[in-house]
Amino acid sequence: MDNTVTSRRRPTKELLGIAGIIGFLLTWEVLPRVGIVDARFLPPASDVLLALARDFGLAAFWLAVGETMLAWLIGLVIAVLAAALLGFIIGSSAFLRKFTNSTVEFLRPIPSVALIPLAVLLFGVKMESSLMLIIYASFWQIFIQVLYGVADVDNVAMNTAKSYGLGQLARTRYVVFPTALPYLMTGIRLAASVALILAITAELVIGSPGLGREIALAQSGGAISGMYALVLATGLIGVLINLVMRFVERKTLSWHSSVRAEVIV
Amino acid sequence: MPSEITDKNTVTNPAPAGGTPPNPDAMLSVLGVKKVYQTDGGAIEAVRNLTFDLRAGELACLVGPSGSGKTTLLKCISGLMAPTEGQVLLNGVEVSGPPKKMAVVFQEYGRSLFPWMRVRENVELPLKNQRLAKAERDRLVDEALEAVGLSHVPMSYPWQLSGGMQQRVAIARAVAYQPEVLLMDEPFAAVDAQTRADLEDLIRSVWKKLGITILFVTHDIDESVYLGERVIILSSSPTVIQEDLVIDLPAERDQLNTRSLPRFTELRHHVYEQIQLAKAGHRPAAASR
Repeated sequence: MDNTVTSRRRPTKELLGIAGIIGFLLTWEVLPRVGIVDARFLPPASDVLLALARDFGLAAFWLAVGETMLAWLIGLVIAVLAAALLGFIIGSSAFLRKFTNSTVEFLRPIPSVALIPLAVLLFGVKMESSLMLIIYASFWQIFIQVLYGVADVDNVAMNTAKSYGLGQLARTRYVVFPTALPYLMTGIRLAASVALILAITAELVIGSPGLGREIALAQSGGAISGMYALVLATGLIGVLINLVMRFVERKTLSWHSSVRAEVIV
Repeated sequence: MPSEITDKNTVTNPAPAGGTPPNPDAMLSVLGVKKVYQTDGGAIEAVRNLTFDLRAGELACLVGPSGSGKTTLLKCISGLMAPTEGQVLLNGVEVSGPPKKMAVVFQEYGRSLFPWMRVRENVELPLKNQRLAKAERDRLVDEALEAVGLSHVPMSYPWQLSGGMQQRVAIARAVAYQPEVLLMDEPFAAVDAQTRADLEDLIRSVWKKLGITILFVTHDIDESVYLGERVIILSSSPTVIQEDLVIDLPAERDQLNTRSLPRFTELRHHVYEQIQLAKAGHRPAAASR
Protein backbone atom coordinates (compact mmCIF):
# COMPACT_ATOMS: atom_id res chain seq x y z
CA MET A 1 0.00 0.00 0.00
CA ASP A 2 2.74 2.36 1.06
CA ASN A 3 4.41 1.63 -2.26
CA THR A 4 1.53 2.80 -4.38
CA VAL A 5 1.28 6.01 -2.37
CA THR A 6 4.96 6.77 -2.97
CA SER A 7 4.73 6.01 -6.66
CA ARG A 8 1.72 8.27 -6.97
CA ARG A 9 3.62 11.08 -5.38
CA ARG A 10 6.65 10.55 -7.63
CA PRO A 11 5.35 8.76 -10.68
CA THR A 12 8.72 7.92 -12.23
CA LYS A 13 8.83 5.20 -14.87
CA GLU A 14 10.82 2.68 -12.83
CA LEU A 15 8.71 3.04 -9.69
CA LEU A 16 5.51 2.61 -11.65
CA GLY A 17 6.94 -0.46 -13.31
CA ILE A 18 7.91 -2.05 -10.01
CA ALA A 19 4.53 -1.16 -8.51
CA GLY A 20 2.88 -2.84 -11.50
CA ILE A 21 4.79 -6.08 -10.96
CA ILE A 22 4.05 -6.06 -7.22
CA GLY A 23 0.37 -5.43 -7.95
CA PHE A 24 0.32 -8.36 -10.38
CA LEU A 25 2.01 -10.72 -7.91
CA LEU A 26 -0.35 -9.61 -5.11
CA THR A 27 -3.40 -10.30 -7.27
CA TRP A 28 -1.95 -13.69 -8.22
CA GLU A 29 -1.30 -14.45 -4.53
CA VAL A 30 -4.75 -13.38 -3.36
CA LEU A 31 -6.94 -14.96 -6.08
CA PRO A 32 -6.20 -18.66 -5.22
CA ARG A 33 -5.99 -17.94 -1.48
CA VAL A 34 -9.52 -16.49 -1.19
CA GLY A 35 -10.76 -19.25 -3.50
CA ILE A 36 -11.80 -17.22 -6.55
CA VAL A 37 -9.74 -19.64 -8.67
CA ASP A 38 -8.87 -23.22 -7.76
CA ALA A 39 -5.43 -23.35 -6.10
CA ARG A 40 -4.87 -26.75 -7.72
CA PHE A 41 -4.71 -25.09 -11.16
CA LEU A 42 -3.28 -21.74 -10.15
CA PRO A 43 -1.10 -22.05 -7.08
CA PRO A 44 -0.39 -18.75 -5.24
CA ALA A 45 2.53 -16.70 -6.51
CA SER A 46 4.60 -17.46 -3.40
CA ASP A 47 4.38 -21.23 -4.08
CA VAL A 48 5.51 -20.77 -7.68
CA LEU A 49 8.35 -18.41 -6.76
CA LEU A 50 9.50 -20.91 -4.14
CA ALA A 51 9.45 -23.70 -6.72
CA LEU A 52 11.43 -21.47 -9.10
CA ALA A 53 14.00 -20.73 -6.39
CA ARG A 54 14.27 -24.48 -5.75
CA ASP A 55 14.78 -25.05 -9.52
CA PHE A 56 17.65 -22.58 -9.50
CA GLY A 57 19.50 -24.96 -7.19
CA LEU A 58 18.97 -28.04 -9.39
CA ALA A 59 21.48 -29.23 -11.97
CA ALA A 60 18.67 -30.80 -14.02
CA PHE A 61 17.00 -27.39 -14.39
CA TRP A 62 20.18 -25.76 -15.66
CA LEU A 63 20.74 -28.68 -18.02
CA ALA A 64 17.28 -28.12 -19.51
CA VAL A 65 17.95 -24.38 -19.77
CA GLY A 66 21.24 -25.17 -21.45
CA GLU A 67 19.59 -27.47 -23.99
CA THR A 68 16.91 -24.94 -24.84
CA MET A 69 19.42 -22.12 -25.16
CA LEU A 70 21.77 -24.22 -27.26
CA ALA A 71 19.01 -25.02 -29.75
CA TRP A 72 18.01 -21.34 -29.68
CA LEU A 73 21.56 -20.14 -30.31
CA ILE A 74 22.47 -22.62 -33.06
CA GLY A 75 19.15 -22.06 -34.82
CA LEU A 76 19.43 -18.28 -34.58
CA VAL A 77 23.03 -18.17 -35.80
CA ILE A 78 22.24 -20.35 -38.84
CA ALA A 79 19.13 -18.28 -39.60
CA VAL A 80 21.07 -14.98 -39.29
CA LEU A 81 23.88 -16.14 -41.55
CA ALA A 82 21.60 -17.63 -44.20
CA ALA A 83 19.08 -14.78 -44.18
CA ALA A 84 21.70 -12.03 -44.21
CA LEU A 85 23.65 -13.62 -47.04
CA LEU A 86 20.61 -14.36 -49.18
CA GLY A 87 19.03 -11.01 -48.26
CA PHE A 88 22.05 -9.04 -49.45
CA ILE A 89 22.41 -11.04 -52.65
CA ILE A 90 18.72 -11.03 -53.60
CA GLY A 91 18.15 -7.47 -52.36
CA SER A 92 20.97 -6.14 -54.54
CA SER A 93 19.48 -7.44 -57.76
CA ALA A 94 16.16 -6.20 -59.10
CA PHE A 95 15.92 -9.34 -61.22
CA LEU A 96 16.41 -11.73 -58.29
CA ARG A 97 14.00 -9.70 -56.15
CA LYS A 98 11.20 -10.03 -58.69
CA PHE A 99 12.14 -13.63 -59.42
CA THR A 100 11.90 -14.72 -55.77
CA ASN A 101 9.15 -12.38 -54.56
CA SER A 102 6.12 -14.62 -55.14
CA THR A 103 7.87 -17.71 -53.74
CA VAL A 104 8.87 -15.78 -50.63
CA GLU A 105 5.34 -14.45 -50.19
CA PHE A 106 4.06 -18.03 -50.43
CA LEU A 107 6.58 -19.66 -48.06
CA ARG A 108 6.75 -16.90 -45.46
CA PRO A 109 3.20 -17.17 -44.07
CA ILE A 110 3.48 -20.95 -43.46
CA PRO A 111 3.46 -21.26 -39.67
CA SER A 112 6.57 -23.04 -38.52
CA VAL A 113 4.55 -25.37 -36.24
CA ALA A 114 2.84 -26.79 -39.33
CA LEU A 115 6.23 -28.32 -40.14
CA ILE A 116 6.38 -30.31 -36.87
CA PRO A 117 5.24 -33.62 -38.44
CA LEU A 118 7.80 -33.18 -41.20
CA ALA A 119 10.55 -32.36 -38.69
CA VAL A 120 9.77 -35.51 -36.70
CA LEU A 121 9.76 -37.58 -39.87
CA LEU A 122 13.11 -36.19 -40.93
CA PHE A 123 14.99 -36.01 -37.63
CA GLY A 124 12.98 -37.83 -34.96
CA VAL A 125 12.94 -36.65 -31.34
CA LYS A 126 16.22 -34.80 -31.46
CA MET A 127 17.51 -31.28 -31.38
CA GLU A 128 17.61 -31.20 -35.18
CA SER A 129 13.81 -31.15 -35.21
CA SER A 130 13.79 -28.07 -32.98
CA LEU A 131 16.48 -26.50 -35.15
CA MET A 132 14.48 -26.96 -38.31
CA LEU A 133 11.47 -25.14 -36.83
CA ILE A 134 13.59 -22.40 -35.23
CA ILE A 135 15.55 -21.73 -38.41
CA TYR A 136 12.45 -21.68 -40.60
CA ALA A 137 10.62 -19.22 -38.37
CA SER A 138 13.55 -16.87 -37.67
CA PHE A 139 14.86 -16.90 -41.23
CA TRP A 140 11.94 -14.91 -42.64
CA GLN A 141 12.05 -12.29 -39.89
CA ILE A 142 15.63 -11.44 -40.78
CA PHE A 143 15.42 -12.01 -44.53
CA ILE A 144 12.53 -9.57 -45.02
CA GLN A 145 14.24 -6.91 -42.90
CA VAL A 146 17.49 -7.23 -44.86
CA LEU A 147 15.56 -6.87 -48.13
CA TYR A 148 14.02 -3.62 -46.83
CA GLY A 149 17.41 -2.47 -45.61
CA VAL A 150 19.16 -3.06 -48.92
CA ALA A 151 16.35 -1.22 -50.72
CA ASP A 152 16.77 1.77 -48.39
CA VAL A 153 20.23 2.71 -49.68
CA ASP A 154 20.38 6.43 -50.35
CA ASN A 155 20.81 7.46 -53.96
CA VAL A 156 23.17 10.32 -53.17
CA ALA A 157 25.31 8.12 -50.90
CA MET A 158 25.50 5.53 -53.68
CA ASN A 159 26.42 8.15 -56.32
CA THR A 160 29.06 9.53 -53.97
CA ALA A 161 30.60 6.09 -53.56
CA LYS A 162 30.51 5.51 -57.32
CA SER A 163 32.05 8.89 -58.13
CA TYR A 164 34.94 8.09 -55.78
CA GLY A 165 35.58 4.89 -57.68
CA LEU A 166 34.24 2.38 -55.13
CA GLY A 167 33.54 -0.89 -56.90
CA GLN A 168 30.61 -3.22 -56.33
CA LEU A 169 32.27 -5.00 -53.41
CA ALA A 170 33.47 -1.82 -51.70
CA ARG A 171 30.02 -0.24 -52.10
CA THR A 172 28.39 -3.29 -50.50
CA ARG A 173 30.81 -3.12 -47.62
CA TYR A 174 30.90 0.62 -47.00
CA VAL A 175 27.43 1.76 -48.10
CA VAL A 176 24.89 -1.05 -48.46
CA PHE A 177 25.86 -3.00 -45.36
CA PRO A 178 25.86 -0.03 -42.94
CA THR A 179 22.55 1.17 -44.41
CA ALA A 180 20.97 -2.25 -43.93
CA LEU A 181 22.54 -2.83 -40.51
CA PRO A 182 19.72 -1.20 -38.48
CA TYR A 183 17.21 -3.34 -40.37
CA LEU A 184 19.34 -6.44 -39.83
CA MET A 185 19.52 -5.71 -36.10
CA THR A 186 15.74 -5.30 -35.89
CA GLY A 187 15.35 -8.57 -37.77
CA ILE A 188 17.72 -10.37 -35.40
CA ARG A 189 15.91 -8.98 -32.34
CA LEU A 190 12.55 -10.16 -33.68
CA ALA A 191 14.02 -13.50 -34.71
CA ALA A 192 15.58 -13.99 -31.26
CA SER A 193 12.11 -13.89 -29.64
CA VAL A 194 10.57 -16.05 -32.35
CA ALA A 195 13.40 -18.58 -32.02
CA LEU A 196 12.74 -18.91 -28.29
CA ILE A 197 9.03 -19.47 -28.90
CA LEU A 198 9.80 -22.18 -31.45
CA ALA A 199 12.46 -23.80 -29.26
CA ILE A 200 9.96 -24.18 -26.40
CA THR A 201 7.17 -25.25 -28.77
CA ALA A 202 9.30 -27.95 -30.37
CA GLU A 203 10.31 -29.33 -26.98
CA LEU A 204 6.70 -29.28 -25.75
CA VAL A 205 5.19 -30.93 -28.79
CA ILE A 206 7.96 -33.13 -30.15
CA GLY A 207 9.54 -33.87 -26.80
CA SER A 208 13.11 -32.99 -27.74
CA PRO A 209 15.14 -32.23 -24.60
CA GLY A 210 14.87 -28.78 -22.97
CA LEU A 211 12.66 -26.55 -20.85
CA GLY A 212 9.59 -27.22 -23.00
CA ARG A 213 9.77 -30.95 -22.35
CA GLU A 214 10.26 -30.26 -18.60
CA ILE A 215 7.06 -28.18 -18.63
CA ALA A 216 5.15 -31.03 -20.27
CA LEU A 217 6.63 -33.54 -17.81
CA ALA A 218 5.79 -31.34 -14.79
CA GLN A 219 2.23 -30.94 -16.04
CA SER A 220 1.67 -34.66 -16.61
CA GLY A 221 3.28 -35.43 -13.25
CA GLY A 222 0.91 -33.08 -11.46
CA ALA A 223 3.72 -30.75 -10.28
CA ILE A 224 1.62 -27.68 -11.01
CA SER A 225 3.77 -25.19 -9.05
CA GLY A 226 6.82 -26.65 -10.77
CA MET A 227 5.16 -26.24 -14.16
CA TYR A 228 4.37 -22.59 -13.45
CA ALA A 229 7.92 -22.08 -12.23
CA LEU A 230 9.29 -23.36 -15.54
CA VAL A 231 6.89 -21.14 -17.48
CA LEU A 232 8.15 -18.19 -15.46
CA ALA A 233 11.71 -19.25 -16.25
CA THR A 234 11.01 -19.18 -20.00
CA GLY A 235 9.51 -15.71 -19.57
CA LEU A 236 12.62 -14.52 -17.75
CA ILE A 237 14.80 -15.90 -20.54
CA GLY A 238 12.68 -13.99 -23.06
CA VAL A 239 13.12 -10.74 -21.12
CA LEU A 240 16.85 -11.35 -20.82
CA ILE A 241 17.23 -12.01 -24.56
CA ASN A 242 15.39 -8.81 -25.37
CA LEU A 243 17.56 -6.76 -22.98
CA VAL A 244 20.77 -8.17 -24.45
CA MET A 245 19.55 -7.56 -28.02
CA ARG A 246 18.63 -3.95 -27.27
CA PHE A 247 22.01 -3.41 -25.67
CA VAL A 248 23.85 -4.83 -28.69
CA GLU A 249 21.66 -2.73 -31.00
CA ARG A 250 22.48 0.46 -29.10
CA LYS A 251 26.19 -0.32 -29.22
CA THR A 252 26.42 -1.18 -32.93
CA LEU A 253 24.07 1.58 -34.10
CA SER A 254 25.33 4.48 -32.00
CA TRP A 255 25.46 6.57 -35.19
CA HIS A 256 21.87 5.86 -36.24
CA SER A 257 19.16 8.48 -35.82
CA SER A 258 17.02 6.11 -33.74
CA VAL A 259 19.80 5.76 -31.17
CA ARG A 260 22.02 8.81 -31.29
CA ALA A 261 21.64 11.83 -29.07
CA GLU A 262 21.32 14.95 -31.20
CA VAL A 263 24.19 17.06 -29.93
CA ILE A 264 25.61 19.81 -32.07
CA VAL A 265 29.31 20.33 -31.46
CA MET B 1 24.55 48.28 -72.27
CA PRO B 2 24.19 44.52 -72.28
CA SER B 3 25.17 44.35 -75.92
CA GLU B 4 28.35 46.22 -75.13
CA ILE B 5 29.21 43.63 -72.52
CA THR B 6 28.29 40.82 -74.80
CA ASP B 7 30.46 42.14 -77.57
CA LYS B 8 33.46 42.48 -75.35
CA ASN B 9 33.17 39.38 -73.27
CA THR B 10 31.19 36.70 -74.88
CA VAL B 11 33.06 33.78 -76.25
CA THR B 12 31.23 32.85 -79.38
CA ASN B 13 28.95 29.91 -78.94
CA PRO B 14 30.73 26.75 -79.99
CA ALA B 15 29.17 25.09 -82.97
CA PRO B 16 26.82 22.22 -82.17
CA ALA B 17 27.88 18.62 -81.99
CA GLY B 18 29.65 16.84 -84.75
CA GLY B 19 31.21 19.94 -86.27
CA THR B 20 34.14 20.93 -84.11
CA PRO B 21 36.88 18.52 -83.14
CA PRO B 22 37.73 18.59 -79.42
CA ASN B 23 40.07 21.36 -78.38
CA PRO B 24 43.47 19.75 -77.65
CA ASP B 25 44.17 22.20 -74.79
CA ALA B 26 40.97 21.34 -72.99
CA MET B 27 41.06 19.50 -69.69
CA LEU B 28 37.38 18.70 -69.97
CA SER B 29 35.35 18.70 -73.18
CA VAL B 30 31.61 18.38 -73.36
CA LEU B 31 30.74 17.55 -76.96
CA GLY B 32 27.17 17.69 -78.18
CA VAL B 33 25.78 16.09 -75.03
CA LYS B 34 22.12 15.23 -75.18
CA LYS B 35 20.15 13.38 -72.53
CA VAL B 36 16.66 12.00 -72.99
CA TYR B 37 14.99 10.20 -70.09
CA GLN B 38 12.66 7.36 -70.94
CA THR B 39 9.79 7.52 -68.48
CA ASP B 40 6.38 5.87 -68.27
CA GLY B 41 4.90 9.13 -69.51
CA GLY B 42 7.12 9.14 -72.61
CA ALA B 43 10.51 10.58 -73.43
CA ILE B 44 11.67 13.71 -71.61
CA GLU B 45 14.49 15.69 -73.17
CA ALA B 46 16.44 17.16 -70.26
CA VAL B 47 19.48 18.34 -72.18
CA ARG B 48 19.32 18.97 -75.93
CA ASN B 49 22.79 19.85 -77.11
CA LEU B 50 25.62 21.12 -74.96
CA THR B 51 29.17 21.77 -76.09
CA PHE B 52 31.86 23.53 -74.09
CA ASP B 53 35.47 23.11 -72.98
CA LEU B 54 37.19 23.76 -69.69
CA ARG B 55 40.86 24.62 -69.76
CA ALA B 56 43.11 23.13 -67.09
CA GLY B 57 42.97 25.23 -63.93
CA GLU B 58 39.81 27.07 -64.88
CA LEU B 59 37.03 27.87 -62.40
CA ALA B 60 33.81 28.00 -64.37
CA CYS B 61 30.29 28.43 -63.06
CA LEU B 62 27.28 26.92 -64.74
CA VAL B 63 24.04 28.85 -64.14
CA GLY B 64 20.60 28.28 -65.49
CA PRO B 65 16.96 28.52 -64.54
CA SER B 66 15.68 25.76 -62.30
CA GLY B 67 14.88 22.62 -64.22
CA SER B 68 17.39 23.43 -66.92
CA GLY B 69 19.11 20.07 -66.60
CA LYS B 70 22.15 21.24 -64.62
CA THR B 71 22.20 18.14 -62.46
CA THR B 72 21.63 15.90 -65.46
CA LEU B 73 24.61 17.46 -67.21
CA LEU B 74 26.78 17.04 -64.13
CA LYS B 75 25.84 13.37 -63.89
CA CYS B 76 26.84 12.89 -67.52
CA ILE B 77 30.16 14.67 -66.97
CA SER B 78 30.93 12.70 -63.80
CA GLY B 79 30.28 9.41 -65.56
CA LEU B 80 27.36 8.48 -63.29
CA MET B 81 25.03 8.51 -66.28
CA ALA B 82 25.65 7.93 -69.96
CA PRO B 83 24.49 10.71 -72.29
CA THR B 84 21.97 9.72 -74.97
CA GLU B 85 24.12 11.41 -77.60
CA GLY B 86 27.50 13.10 -77.63
CA GLN B 87 30.42 12.50 -75.34
CA VAL B 88 32.49 13.90 -72.50
CA LEU B 89 36.27 13.88 -72.76
CA LEU B 90 38.62 14.18 -69.79
CA ASN B 91 42.19 14.82 -70.95
CA GLY B 92 41.07 13.64 -74.37
CA VAL B 93 39.79 10.29 -73.09
CA GLU B 94 36.09 9.54 -73.26
CA VAL B 95 34.35 9.33 -69.88
CA SER B 96 32.48 6.03 -69.63
CA GLY B 97 32.36 5.63 -65.84
CA PRO B 98 33.41 7.77 -62.86
CA PRO B 99 36.96 8.89 -63.79
CA LYS B 100 39.73 8.49 -61.26
CA LYS B 101 40.84 12.09 -61.50
CA MET B 102 37.44 13.62 -60.87
CA ALA B 103 35.60 14.34 -57.62
CA VAL B 104 32.01 15.46 -57.11
CA VAL B 105 30.58 17.51 -54.24
CA PHE B 106 26.82 17.09 -54.01
CA GLN B 107 24.27 19.55 -52.70
CA GLU B 108 22.84 17.09 -50.18
CA TYR B 109 25.83 16.86 -47.82
CA GLY B 110 23.68 15.11 -45.22
CA ARG B 111 23.13 12.21 -47.59
CA SER B 112 26.50 12.33 -49.30
CA LEU B 113 28.47 11.93 -46.08
CA PHE B 114 28.15 8.54 -44.44
CA PRO B 115 26.58 8.92 -40.98
CA TRP B 116 28.14 5.66 -39.79
CA MET B 117 31.65 7.02 -40.29
CA ARG B 118 33.47 9.71 -38.36
CA VAL B 119 34.64 12.85 -40.19
CA ARG B 120 38.12 11.43 -40.63
CA GLU B 121 36.87 8.07 -41.91
CA ASN B 122 34.60 9.80 -44.41
CA VAL B 123 37.51 11.78 -45.84
CA GLU B 124 39.77 8.73 -45.78
CA LEU B 125 37.43 6.20 -47.44
CA PRO B 126 38.17 7.03 -51.12
CA LEU B 127 41.90 6.93 -50.38
CA LYS B 128 41.57 3.62 -48.57
CA ASN B 129 39.68 2.31 -51.57
CA GLN B 130 42.64 3.33 -53.76
CA ARG B 131 44.87 1.27 -51.43
CA LEU B 132 47.11 4.19 -50.53
CA ALA B 133 49.56 3.52 -47.71
CA LYS B 134 48.40 4.48 -44.24
CA ALA B 135 51.01 7.23 -43.77
CA GLU B 136 50.11 8.78 -47.12
CA ARG B 137 46.40 8.64 -46.29
CA ASP B 138 46.95 10.28 -42.94
CA ARG B 139 48.95 13.07 -44.52
CA LEU B 140 46.33 13.76 -47.22
CA VAL B 141 43.44 13.65 -44.74
CA ASP B 142 45.21 15.97 -42.31
CA GLU B 143 46.04 18.43 -45.07
CA ALA B 144 42.51 18.38 -46.44
CA LEU B 145 40.89 18.89 -43.05
CA GLU B 146 43.37 21.68 -42.37
CA ALA B 147 42.55 23.31 -45.72
CA VAL B 148 38.83 23.50 -44.92
CA GLY B 149 39.44 24.54 -41.30
CA LEU B 150 38.16 21.36 -39.70
CA SER B 151 41.28 19.88 -38.14
CA HIS B 152 39.66 20.15 -34.69
CA VAL B 153 36.77 17.72 -35.27
CA PRO B 154 38.19 14.58 -36.97
CA MET B 155 36.53 12.20 -34.51
CA SER B 156 33.06 13.73 -34.66
CA TYR B 157 30.29 12.19 -36.67
CA PRO B 158 28.99 14.36 -39.56
CA TRP B 159 25.55 14.65 -38.00
CA GLN B 160 27.08 16.23 -34.91
CA LEU B 161 28.23 19.17 -37.06
CA SER B 162 26.36 22.16 -38.47
CA GLY B 163 25.31 22.13 -42.14
CA GLY B 164 28.15 24.38 -43.23
CA MET B 165 30.70 22.22 -41.44
CA GLN B 166 29.26 19.08 -43.00
CA GLN B 167 29.70 20.57 -46.47
CA ARG B 168 33.28 21.44 -45.50
CA VAL B 169 33.82 17.76 -44.70
CA ALA B 170 32.50 16.85 -48.14
CA ILE B 171 34.87 19.41 -49.70
CA ALA B 172 37.77 18.02 -47.66
CA ARG B 173 36.94 14.53 -48.92
CA ALA B 174 37.09 15.82 -52.50
CA VAL B 175 40.34 17.72 -51.86
CA ALA B 176 42.05 14.72 -50.24
CA TYR B 177 41.14 12.66 -53.31
CA GLN B 178 43.49 14.93 -55.32
CA PRO B 179 41.26 15.35 -58.35
CA GLU B 180 42.24 17.22 -61.48
CA VAL B 181 38.63 18.22 -62.02
CA LEU B 182 36.22 19.07 -59.21
CA LEU B 183 32.50 19.13 -59.99
CA MET B 184 30.19 20.86 -57.55
CA ASP B 185 26.43 20.50 -57.82
CA GLU B 186 24.82 23.50 -56.11
CA PRO B 187 26.92 22.74 -53.04
CA PHE B 188 25.84 25.74 -51.00
CA ALA B 189 22.13 25.81 -51.81
CA ALA B 190 21.22 24.32 -48.45
CA VAL B 191 23.36 26.44 -46.10
CA ASP B 192 22.62 29.86 -44.60
CA ALA B 193 23.82 33.08 -46.25
CA GLN B 194 26.76 33.81 -43.94
CA THR B 195 28.10 30.27 -44.08
CA ARG B 196 27.66 30.42 -47.80
CA ALA B 197 29.89 33.47 -48.15
CA ASP B 198 32.59 31.72 -46.10
CA LEU B 199 32.34 28.58 -48.21
CA GLU B 200 32.58 30.61 -51.44
CA ASP B 201 35.84 32.12 -50.24
CA LEU B 202 36.98 28.66 -49.18
CA ILE B 203 36.43 27.37 -52.73
CA ARG B 204 38.37 30.29 -54.21
CA SER B 205 41.29 29.68 -51.86
CA VAL B 206 41.29 25.90 -52.41
CA TRP B 207 41.15 26.47 -56.16
CA LYS B 208 44.12 28.86 -56.07
CA LYS B 209 46.15 26.63 -53.77
CA LEU B 210 45.63 23.39 -55.69
CA GLY B 211 45.33 24.75 -59.23
CA ILE B 212 42.56 22.30 -60.06
CA THR B 213 39.82 22.73 -62.64
CA ILE B 214 36.45 23.43 -61.06
CA LEU B 215 33.00 23.31 -62.62
CA PHE B 216 30.61 24.89 -60.16
CA VAL B 217 26.89 24.47 -60.82
CA THR B 218 24.60 27.00 -59.14
CA HIS B 219 21.29 28.74 -59.59
CA ASP B 220 22.57 31.78 -57.72
CA ILE B 221 23.59 34.55 -60.11
CA ASP B 222 25.63 36.54 -57.57
CA GLU B 223 27.46 33.40 -56.57
CA SER B 224 28.33 32.51 -60.14
CA VAL B 225 29.75 35.97 -60.88
CA TYR B 226 31.62 36.20 -57.58
CA LEU B 227 33.19 32.75 -57.87
CA GLY B 228 33.83 32.16 -61.52
CA GLU B 229 36.45 33.17 -64.03
CA ARG B 230 33.79 32.34 -66.52
CA VAL B 231 30.03 31.85 -66.36
CA ILE B 232 28.23 29.45 -68.67
CA ILE B 233 24.55 30.33 -68.86
CA LEU B 234 22.14 27.56 -69.79
CA SER B 235 18.81 28.06 -71.50
CA SER B 236 15.60 26.62 -70.13
CA SER B 237 14.79 22.98 -70.91
CA PRO B 238 15.51 21.38 -73.37
CA THR B 239 18.86 22.84 -72.55
CA VAL B 240 21.44 24.47 -74.78
CA ILE B 241 24.07 27.07 -73.93
CA GLN B 242 22.53 30.52 -73.77
CA GLU B 243 25.80 32.36 -73.35
CA ASP B 244 29.41 31.77 -72.37
CA LEU B 245 30.66 34.80 -70.45
CA VAL B 246 34.16 35.71 -69.28
CA ILE B 247 34.21 37.24 -65.79
CA ASP B 248 36.92 39.93 -65.89
CA LEU B 249 36.95 40.70 -62.18
CA PRO B 250 40.29 40.91 -60.33
CA ALA B 251 41.71 37.56 -59.22
CA GLU B 252 41.79 38.63 -55.58
CA ARG B 253 38.17 38.67 -54.55
CA ASP B 254 36.55 39.40 -51.24
CA GLN B 255 32.93 39.48 -50.26
CA LEU B 256 32.73 43.19 -49.45
CA ASN B 257 34.88 44.90 -52.08
CA THR B 258 34.35 42.63 -55.06
CA ARG B 259 30.61 42.66 -54.65
CA SER B 260 30.57 46.47 -54.56
CA LEU B 261 32.64 46.91 -57.75
CA PRO B 262 30.67 48.56 -60.59
CA ARG B 263 31.91 45.79 -62.89
CA PHE B 264 30.44 43.14 -60.57
CA THR B 265 27.08 44.89 -60.76
CA GLU B 266 27.26 45.08 -64.56
CA LEU B 267 28.12 41.41 -64.94
CA ARG B 268 25.49 40.39 -62.42
CA HIS B 269 22.95 42.50 -64.25
CA HIS B 270 23.89 40.92 -67.54
CA VAL B 271 23.69 37.32 -66.28
CA TYR B 272 20.38 38.14 -64.64
CA GLU B 273 18.97 39.44 -67.93
CA GLN B 274 20.14 36.39 -69.79
CA ILE B 275 18.50 34.10 -67.25
CA GLN B 276 15.27 36.08 -67.54
CA LEU B 277 15.47 35.73 -71.31
CA ALA B 278 16.07 32.03 -70.93
CA LYS B 279 13.07 31.70 -68.65
CA ALA B 280 10.94 33.62 -71.11
CA GLY B 281 11.82 30.99 -73.71
CA HIS B 282 14.29 33.02 -75.75
CA ARG B 283 16.79 30.63 -77.31
CA PRO B 284 20.10 31.28 -79.02
CA ALA B 285 20.28 30.62 -82.75
CA ALA B 286 22.11 27.33 -82.32
CA ALA B 287 19.21 25.86 -80.35
CA SER B 288 16.72 25.84 -83.18
CA ARG B 289 18.58 23.13 -85.05
